[in-house]
Amino acid sequence: MAVTTYREALNQALREEMRRDPRVFLIGEEVGLYDGAYKVTQGLLKEFGPKRVVDTPICESGFTGVGIGAAMVGLRPVVEMMTFNFSLVAIDQIVNTAAKLHYMSGGQFSVPMVIRGPGGPASQLAAQHSQSMETYFYHVPGLKVVRPTTPADAKGLLKSAIRDDNPVIFIEAETLYNVKGEVPDDPDFLIPLGQAIVRREGTDVTVIAYMGMMYRALEAAEELAKEGISVELVDPRTLRPMDTETIIGSVRKTHRAVVVEAGAGFAGMGSEIASSITEQAFDDLDAPVERVTGANAPMPYAKNLEKLKTPTKERILAAIRRVCNANGG
Amino acid sequence: MAKTMPQAKATGASPDPALAKKLLSQMLLIRRFEEKAAEAYALGKIGGFLHLYIGEEAVAVGATSVLRPDDYVISAYREHGHCLAKGADPKRMMAELFGRRDGLSKGKGGSMHLFDKSVNFLGGHAIVGAHLPVAAGVAFAIKYEERDQVIVCYFGDGAVPQGEFHESLNLAALWKLPVVYLCENNRYAMGTSIERALAQTQIWKFGETYGIPAEKVDGMDVLAVREVVARAVERARRDKTPSLIEADTYRFRGHSMRDPAGAVYRTKEEVEREKERDPITLFRERVLRSGALSEADVRAIEKDVNDRMDEAVAFADASPEPPAEWLFTDIYKEA
Repeated sequence: MAVTTYREALNQALREEMRRDPRVFLIGEEVGLYDGAYKVTQGLLKEFGPKRVVDTPICESGFTGVGIGAAMVGLRPVVEMMTFNFSLVAIDQIVNTAAKLHYMSGGQFSVPMVIRGPGGPASQLAAQHSQSMETYFYHVPGLKVVRPTTPADAKGLLKSAIRDDNPVIFIEAETLYNVKGEVPDDPDFLIPLGQAIVRREGTDVTVIAYMGMMYRALEAAEELAKEGISVELVDPRTLRPMDTETIIGSVRKTHRAVVVEAGAGFAGMGSEIASSITEQAFDDLDAPVERVTGANAPMPYAKNLEKLKTPTKERILAAIRRVCNANGG
Repeated sequence: MAKTMPQAKATGASPDPALAKKLLSQMLLIRRFEEKAAEAYALGKIGGFLHLYIGEEAVAVGATSVLRPDDYVISAYREHGHCLAKGADPKRMMAELFGRRDGLSKGKGGSMHLFDKSVNFLGGHAIVGAHLPVAAGVAFAIKYEERDQVIVCYFGDGAVPQGEFHESLNLAALWKLPVVYLCENNRYAMGTSIERALAQTQIWKFGETYGIPAEKVDGMDVLAVREVVARAVERARRDKTPSLIEADTYRFRGHSMRDPAGAVYRTKEEVEREKERDPITLFRERVLRSGALSEADVRAIEKDVNDRMDEAVAFADASPEPPAEWLFTDIYKEA
């Protein structure tokens, strides 16, 4: 097992799957000659040539539709959104066509396609380039939605996504591309979609988080350990389908839960997870479920305001302490 | 590419009896299917939106008659005619319109979402313009796998102002994809005439913009459509060159059954005048005049088509509703 970056792990996943299956091809803006806007596709044009690493003009709706058509008749496209913010230009293709073709055709056609790229809060990119894009997709039956937190997850989940027969929204994070971690070399290393992971075992409270928020929650957990509070961290990894079983199992053990999400909280992933816990494990709870969410505002540019927008370690710490001090049960 | 484009008329000789029979019976099949669908809608057996193809039959029949069975066709929401012409079973189509379990899409798609994989009919797409990039993607896959099929993509004049029309023509031209974009210009996007929608109403001219061959054809003349589409299909198959074809046609009914007369945005006189171009009447007269078919032949074709439509309606009526558990099937494809 080698230590590698999140970016390189994604690159390995693409390279291995392209070697494995000639039907897999990459398509998007700057994926080839430029080697990827964020260098995730670096070197792939050189290895696989322009037939399989296809540079497009700027037309997200157009090239997403091309991916869907190619997938309908047997290819396995990996469509890159240079940043996931641009996927909104293609949201009709994704929601109305990719997600629904299998259902509307009574199972005759399917869309084995991955749409991947970075999304989530970045650094001073302002409102249009720094937002939690998963919210627009996890509502939709027919889509699968993945948000991988670690380099190993990035690789194992992307490989599974490429082998999946359904449209998969795979949102990476610009802020995580340089994060390093151990990543298996085995070309058949896969992490199944729809499986959460317990990242840190604990007994007093369950914290559910993913991507950058998981790293902040991890810091908070280490700090609280010194105070004698034992935090269990659960990372859903796939938001749709969601592995609620692992989340509920953890809450039944700890009796307390805090959900952390970067996006504006209204109707967010935190609401969904909190309501699942309430519906399925109400009697196990010793305190109300707390949500720590991004502020209900667009992402500002100014550094001080930007810091206020996204949940900080301090806010996560405060929420965990509140939940742990509550006298329930 | 032509700089000015006189509307293509059929130049060839009259069709032989076999072809005449095939084209006439297919056009009649579509016409009767749509008439039966309208009746069933009035009886409440079909719900939702129902967009009839009556008046435009020559386009689907002429174009499909030059395709191979393994070629692909994709269309928008006024697609019954394209689906029938491609060879789908009218019984299963009618069952789909009725929302029954034997429908092509198990009753889950309805009138606007007909799909038939067995004849390479790729739908049935009801967001205007959205299937044009999908057609480019199918053509991309054909080229990627070095096959020699083509795809014909039908769309209305209403799709032309959409961005995806322009994105698709650009990509098809840029990448030399084997796709024939066939615009059925019936002059109205719902109630908006092309004059109120397009700065350039000569739709075929957008082919020039994107540097691809473009032709305009009389969409009421099934033989003219055949000739023009045959040229485009040959270019696509042999040279991987896309084409844009504008078929000048007209829908005799309203936009949908909720606009039965189509009378608010066009005059009765205009509709009556257009009905004089009825593609079925014109073709029937032509083949009778040439002697390709006799009156008795035509009567036999009509009887056969009527019988098949009665069968289709009876089949749809007899088909049960989809079972409740099908609500949750076909959302994801299982490995």
